[in-house]
Amino acid sequence: MKEKLHQIKLKYQGKKMAPAFNALHTFLYTPNETTHSGGHIRGADDLKRTMNTVILALVPCLLFGMFNAGYQHYSAINGFPESFSLFDHFLTWDNFWVGVTTVLPLVVVSYGIGLGIEFLFAVIKGHEVEEGYLVTGMLVPLIVPVDTPLWMLAIAVAFGVVIGKEVFGGTGMNILNPALTIRAFLFFAYPTWMSGDKVWVHEAVERAGTADAISGETVLGSLAAGSDYSYSLADMFYGFIPGSVGETSTLLILLGGLFLIFSKIASWRIMVSAVVGALAMGLIFNGIVDAGWLPEYSKFYTLMSFPYWQHLLVGGLAFGIVFMATDPVTGSQTNKGKWYYGFFIGFLSVMIRVFNPGYPEGVFLAILLMNVFAPTIDHYVVRGNIKKRLKRFKTATIYPKSSDEVDSLKTETA
Amino acid sequence: MSKDIRIRKGLNINLVGAAEQTISKAVTSNVYALNLEDFHGITPKMLIKQGEEIKAGEPLFYNKNNEAMHFVSPVSGELVEIVRGARRKILTLKILADKEQDYVINKVPDLDTADGDAIKSYLLQCGGWPFIKQRPYDVIADPAATPKAIFVSGYATAPLAANPDFILQEKEQEVQAAIMALSKMTPGKIHVTIGKSSSSPFKDIKGIELHKISGPHPAGLVGTQINKIDPVNKGEVVWTLSPQDLVMLGELLLTGKFNAERIVALAGSVVKEPKYYKTKIGAEISTFLYASGVKEDRFRLINGDVLTGAKTTTEGYLGFYNNTVTAIPEGDDYEFFGWNKPVFNKISTTRALTFSWLQPKKKYDLDTNTNGEHRAFVVTGQYEEVFPMDIYPLQLLKACMVKDLDEMEQLGLYEVAPEDFSLTEFICISKQPHQQIIREGLDLLQKELG
Repeated sequence: MKEKLHQIKLKYQGKKMAPAFNALHTFLYTPNETTHSGGHIRGADDLKRTMNTVILALVPCLLFGMFNAGYQHYSAINGFPESFSLFDHFLTWDNFWVGVTTVLPLVVVSYGIGLGIEFLFAVIKGHEVEEGYLVTGMLVPLIVPVDTPLWMLAIAVAFGVVIGKEVFGGTGMNILNPALTIRAFLFFAYPTWMSGDKVWVHEAVERAGTADAISGETVLGSLAAGSDYSYSLADMFYGFIPGSVGETSTLLILLGGLFLIFSKIASWRIMVSAVVGALAMGLIFNGIVDAGWLPEYSKFYTLMSFPYWQHLLVGGLAFGIVFMATDPVTGSQTNKGKWYYGFFIGFLSVMIRVFNPGYPEGVFLAILLMNVFAPTIDHYVVRGNIKKRLKRFKTATIYPKSSDEVDSLKTETA
Repeated sequence: MSKDIRIRKGLNINLVGAAEQTISKAVTSNVYALNLEDFHGITPKMLIKQGEEIKAGEPLFYNKNNEAMHFVSPVSGELVEIVRGARRKILTLKILADKEQDYVINKVPDLDTADGDAIKSYLLQCGGWPFIKQRPYDVIADPAATPKAIFVSGYATAPLAANPDFILQEKEQEVQAAIMALSKMTPGKIHVTIGKSSSSPFKDIKGIELHKISGPHPAGLVGTQINKIDPVNKGEVVWTLSPQDLVMLGELLLTGKFNAERIVALAGSVVKEPKYYKTKIGAEISTFLYASGVKEDRFRLINGDVLTGAKTTTEGYLGFYNNTVTAIPEGDDYEFFGWNKPVFNKISTTRALTFSWLQPKKKYDLDTNTNGEHRAFVVTGQYEEVFPMDIYPLQLLKACMVKDLDEMEQLGLYEVAPEDFSLTEFICISKQPHQQIIREGLDLLQKELG
């Protein structure tokens, strides 16, 4: 097998389809490439391994999302179980089957369309297929509502990959996070499919208007409407609530985040500062409510009085902080810049969440906005380093070059 | 006065096959060669023709841009071959050595009374000058410029590198003479940095500012030390020398003889008996490689250490500046699912199913496989973990790639040499050629700004 693939690789070297074949080949085997310039040895990590680590961290969220799709569906029909038991009500084959029929197609479409475009661009431009989409392709199904029509997703993915990434030059060159570009496209192109109380539960749209109508509103949706929600804190933390496929379980996101920090793949600076930023904004809003500056009939009242730390448990904030804000390509690249970048993501997310009446979720907008500002942040951080160097330059000891000296040496040896 | 420097950022790459601290005498080489690529940026003008006889220490060629700068023959014999490459560029000069070596004995300057210019012209003429390198640009020092300080690293942290304490044994006299001569050529200090707990011969040398450094690689790289002691600013010049070259300079100054003899560490997992050999600059590597024996037929032979050395072959010759020769396995093989299975036998700074963090002391047998393909820069914040200088490595690399001269200058390209980026290159997930990028950046800056 190894030999055969090697022969095929040699045969197609330099041909148009070589990148496509190489992508599959390097998926099976790490290439036989050796060092040519500089150091003769290299570390063990490559981009595939890095991306793979992120995917590993996402798998628990995906599995949970599949079960939760079924759980929300059946609970909407039959009502939430009175005494909840994990194995009797959640980890059941029925629930999983709903996940298989709803979530898996999202994954397949996301990867199929996205990787297809990546391969196409690689073949046209003659470069190797880059691994960036491995993570994007997994993120996309996790941040959309469970019943998102597949054709919609396909269009959004095509838009996101082409406009969000390939036009900039591919992985590593993009300005905006591709997964969030896809999410933003869906949100602005098909808003009715992205919010409301019908999209978070499987079949809710189809059954609307019939006798069997079901619905499920997210916690944030309820809050924005000023109504109450019926979920306990434990529900929110463990994730037994409606929401986008993979964003609900704060526990599993937390574990994924810890794994990414431990494996040194994602920046802990961004995660920590984003949490701090979210808490800060939440505290400010709570403070305004506590100080009595906001009348109770204000449409912001319920969201502003929502306990500040619970913002981290609902909506996509935790998921966004752990998996989207930490994208190294679109985030700040300097360690100092990452603190500012993360902080403002948390801060703005909660602000948009509270002040945007149409759509009570601001994480993706906040991250996209900060994506745009990340180079600016870096610019000022790097300026700081340059200024330090310029300051040092003032005390530089420069001795004049004496060209006479060279001349005299020349005559001496002549 | 001694100052302690502690390096926290970095990475020790522990490899199997460290040279045992015993010195054997290498078999005398028949042919000696100078590889002109060792002298970066020098255009040679030959002084003798092919077939002519030459003495050891007699000039072979001079620097086209500075006629005074001579490059001398390490041995006496006949110049048998001038290997030329594209556009008749001279690549290698091969000298068939005489049985009896005949040395040029130069008239030595009196170290107590001679001034800097006298020493300078002596070194230029007698072939000692090329041992002095300068920053910025990491090239052979420009004799017209006066350095603000001179730096010597007496500490080696690169993987399998020769131990300076060991090769400097009983060479105090030569080192002292070289230091005295160097001190006349700079109004500044001569900074020598040694390992914190080492018994370096530099401890007894006078006329130097001794620093002690501790921490992982690149603590031993002179660039790291310059950055911590007295960084290079725009317009400033510093000189750097390696300790074994001080010995050569010292002997040249004391006896007037260019003695190309050198102690070389032969190391690497492929070598059966890794140890030190006494040989000469330009000697055939096979004269000592096969004395130690090799474990396999196909391997990568490196003039220098695994991070900064130059690729060579078993027919190759010892480089002008090298005191380490390393042989490691070639890695031109495929690895099934190499990108996602747990890795125990390779070094990594991450913990992405790589487990080198469990055993920081373990010695590894690394091969030349890149462990992945070349990609655009994606991951951030990882170079900083192994890069102790007050410089933004990623931003500097990008500035070099886009040839932005202003950025390159402002971000500190004057302070670095390609070797300072050898560790970031090692851990680079995108497998970018950092040292090449920096080298090209330095060349461009030198060309544009002189």
